[in-house]
Amino acid sequence: MITPREPGRLVTISRQGESMPAIIRNPKDFWTGIAFIGFGLAFFLFAQDYPMGSARRMGPAYFPTILSCVLMLIGLAAAIRSFFGHGSRLSGFALKPMALVFLAAVLFGLLIRDVGMVGSIILLVMISSYASVHFAWRRAALLAVAMAVFCVAVFVYGLGLPIPVIGPILGG
Amino acid sequence: MDLIASLALGFDTAITPINLFYCFGGVLLGTLIGVLPGLGPTATIAMLLPATFALPPISALIMLAGIYYGAQYGGSTTAILINLPGESASVVTALDGYQMARQGRAGAALATAALGSFFAGTVATFLLAMFAPPLAEVALKFGPAEYFSLMVVGLVASVVLAHGSLLKAIGMIVLGLLLGLVGADVETGRHRFTLGFPELAEGISFVIVAMGMFGLGEIIRNLEDEHERAVLVRKVTGLLPTMEDFKRMLAPILRGTILGSALGILPGGGAMLSSFASYSMEKKVSRTPERFGKGAIEGVAGPESANNAGAQTSFIPMLTLGIPSNPVMALMIGAMIIQGIKPGPSVITEQPALFWGVIVSMWIGNFFLVVLNLPLIGMWVRLLTLPYHLLFPIILVFSAIGVFSVNNSGFDVYLIAIFGVLGYLLSKLECEPAPLMLGFILGPMMEENLRRALVLARGDFTVFVTRPISAAMLVIAVIALVLVLSPSVRKTREAAFQEES
Repeated sequence: MITPREPGRLVTISRQGESMPAIIRNPKDFWTGIAFIGFGLAFFLFAQDYPMGSARRMGPAYFPTILSCVLMLIGLAAAIRSFFGHGSRLSGFALKPMALVFLAAVLFGLLIRDVGMVGSIILLVMISSYASVHFAWRRAALLAVAMAVFCVAVFVYGLGLPIPVIGPILGG
Repeated sequence: MDLIASLALGFDTAITPINLFYCFGGVLLGTLIGVLPGLGPTATIAMLLPATFALPPISALIMLAGIYYGAQYGGSTTAILINLPGESASVVTALDGYQMARQGRAGAALATAALGSFFAGTVATFLLAMFAPPLAEVALKFGPAEYFSLMVVGLVASVVLAHGSLLKAIGMIVLGLLLGLVGADVETGRHRFTLGFPELAEGISFVIVAMGMFGLGEIIRNLEDEHERAVLVRKVTGLLPTMEDFKRMLAPILRGTILGSALGILPGGGAMLSSFASYSMEKKVSRTPERFGKGAIEGVAGPESANNAGAQTSFIPMLTLGIPSNPVMALMIGAMIIQGIKPGPSVITEQPALFWGVIVSMWIGNFFLVVLNLPLIGMWVRLLTLPYHLLFPIILVFSAIGVFSVNNSGFDVYLIAIFGVLGYLLSKLECEPAPLMLGFILGPMMEENLRRALVLARGDFTVFVTRPISAAMLVIAVIALVLVLSPSVRKTREAAFQEES
């Protein structure tokens, strides 16, 4: 990682290798601004499909329109502020854990009905465990099986949740 | 109904075997999960919420309250033993508590925390019983305009008293308000922001937002920098503090209780602000401030009492006004709505058994906390040794099953994944999830009150400044904002949270 901190340099290079003009002194503020403007704009545009109504009888679009404008203004303020003052750089994203935790949860939601509790828990534990730097196959597999047994006992037999143990796809 | 009769009704409700059982179960489960490193009270409650949906309303709330202070106490245990505060309120406990543990006085530190919390909890419960009814009576006279302004004050105050960037916190509130509006519009039935997903017609469940942002988001954040903390103390001995310790902790407990009770009522992370303020205060009044940070028992006794008192009194605005002052209270309000109770001042008059039962159960719960924790310390220590790479997949499994079981919907599990990633990314930008959670719960209520106020006023926006109570509240909100932006106050505000770094 290059950290050009000496004055006079025009660009700083972040860990991801993207270059950022030095006029943005506070990247966290800048991206916060962009995020708020983005969310605000999305809500604003969707709200325009609904009737606005009047102050006297507000339609479904009225309050969201006000709020989304406020959010865009706040975003703008944050973005402008990022050109002044100082802030630490945005770096060190945990991309692998983020992707794996996301994937594991989505797969669980996708599979629980058809594959059943045992299979989806084993997948969830295996995939998410892989996100850790301390991952070890045998240990993760043991944990996965233990969790599957425990959850079937507690949630299906104990609390009677209507979740199939072995799903229809696996012939359950 | 006078106080004695009310409390008697509360005892009748809280002391039934079934409610005692749920109170005990809540405290036990809360401590059990709260003691696990990296899990704060908000995540703990979000994870256990689905389990309470099937209970009757009173038992559910009693159990949730138990989970809350159990989780908070569990967090202190983690802070003292491995210097890893589960949530911001126990950050300062770690400063001196961990040092005490290093000097072999972990037992005394834990006992101090338990006794201080119990004393503070008892006092705060009485304050709650005394002040809640008159406050609710005032609030009953509020119209929609007053309510709208009250929510504005609540939200503004919650950012002013929290730490971090003001602008970002306000932005997160507004984003939360918007997310709260997703789903069918109450008045016209029109689906808003559902992107065509029928699953979103009922809106996004608050359980999903909390579990995603506080649970999954936190997991990803913890995996960013994964180094295991060594557990210092395998066996905790010498639980009983010495006479000298008792003498030292008495005054800090009293001061912490008073400070915490007062600050807890204010919106905005009652427990956290209380513990920070108490720590600075103890350091200031101490004749030997140099001992702080090196294992001073006052530095544990004061903040621990203050954060428990603050946690307890933050129920006052929640139960009487229906306004959450922190994310945990936002979850409580969500749980009440699920149980079919409309949060607000009418709870006391319409559901007296529920209101007083919950209050009395808090005191009982605090008692359980002491009885439970001192003998079970050994078990908590063993839990602490559970490494994070085994812990987080377990948390994920319970979160996924919990959220799936609410509606039997796989879609809800996708949503927690999305909110987890969103929460993580926003936290990288130093945007905290707490204000978003408050906004999320208040979004629909604010819209409803805004609409009703303007229908009554025939579309005249000046109604918010011409009605005196509403105007007064808006003035308070503006003053709070102006004050916090003024340079000198800004400096003090930053100084108040400096212990963190």
